[in-house]
Amino acid sequence: MEQLGFYILAFLAIISSIFMITRENPVHSALWMLLTFFSVAGIFVQLNAEFIAAIQVLVYAGAILVLYLFVVMLLNPKSKGFIRIPFRYVLGIVASFVIFVQVLLTLQSANVIGKAGVYTQEAYKQYGNVKLFGYELFSNYLVPFEVVSIMLLVAMIGAIVLAKKD
Amino acid sequence: MSGYLPIALMLVIAALIGLISISVGFLIRPRKPEKVKLSVYECGMPEFSDARQRYNVRFYVIAMLFVIFDVETVFLFPWAVSFDVLGLFGLIEMIVFIIILVFGYFYAWKKGALEWA
Repeated sequence: MEQLGFYILAFLAIISSIFMITRENPVHSALWMLLTFFSVAGIFVQLNAEFIAAIQVLVYAGAILVLYLFVVMLLNPKSKGFIRIPFRYVLGIVASFVIFVQVLLTLQSANVIGKAGVYTQEAYKQYGNVKLFGYELFSNYLVPFEVVSIMLLVAMIGAIVLAKKD
Repeated sequence: MSGYLPIALMLVIAALIGLISISVGFLIRPRKPEKVKLSVYECGMPEFSDARQRYNVRFYVIAMLFVIFDVETVFLFPWAVSFDVLGLFGLIEMIVFIIILVFGYFYAWKKGALEWA
């Protein structure tokens, strides 16, 4: 059952990302990317990473996609055909194939299963990923968390300074 | 894991409703296209330019602020879930976090980034 769910989600993710990069209308691409985000969020849920799934839906599908749409509208890409240059296709296919082989070889040679941490699958199932994450973040990683707020403040001020005229 | 089954069911049903209503309409509607029918309808008046225009950069500022406050909300979510273990300490932490971001909010307000005129 879970495996079936994974196959459906993975299939959706791959198909929608293929559609995303082949659409000519950038807004259509963005909508296909939304489907990719949602299916990846489903895969995260299957990995017991509910918090990342929530971020995926809230931040990526909600906010980042809106930002992309605004950038598309801001840049107003009218040009058609710049993706049709065959040489770029060839270059892209070769590059992604090289990366694919590299990832495959790395996965085969390396021992990808690391040591078990403090928070095992059982702990996740008992308390839930979000609660454990929250506890760790707000007790042991307190300073990074507060630094994040300053980072967000800088980003906010930076965006306003760059976009405002005066 | 089984708690997500209703969500999956809901997603499937939602997708099916969309698919079925579109395909039924496609199958039973008469198809007599003509030039006026296919033209862009804009409140009855003839359209004067392409819908694809460059938008004002103000929209971008609003989107950026939205992203930032959205990320802030994301941090509120695990805090709210684990609040019963964190207690008062967690509350103070979150108040500090929000106060720092409120400075940014007031800056945006003062600079008029939220105004539209």
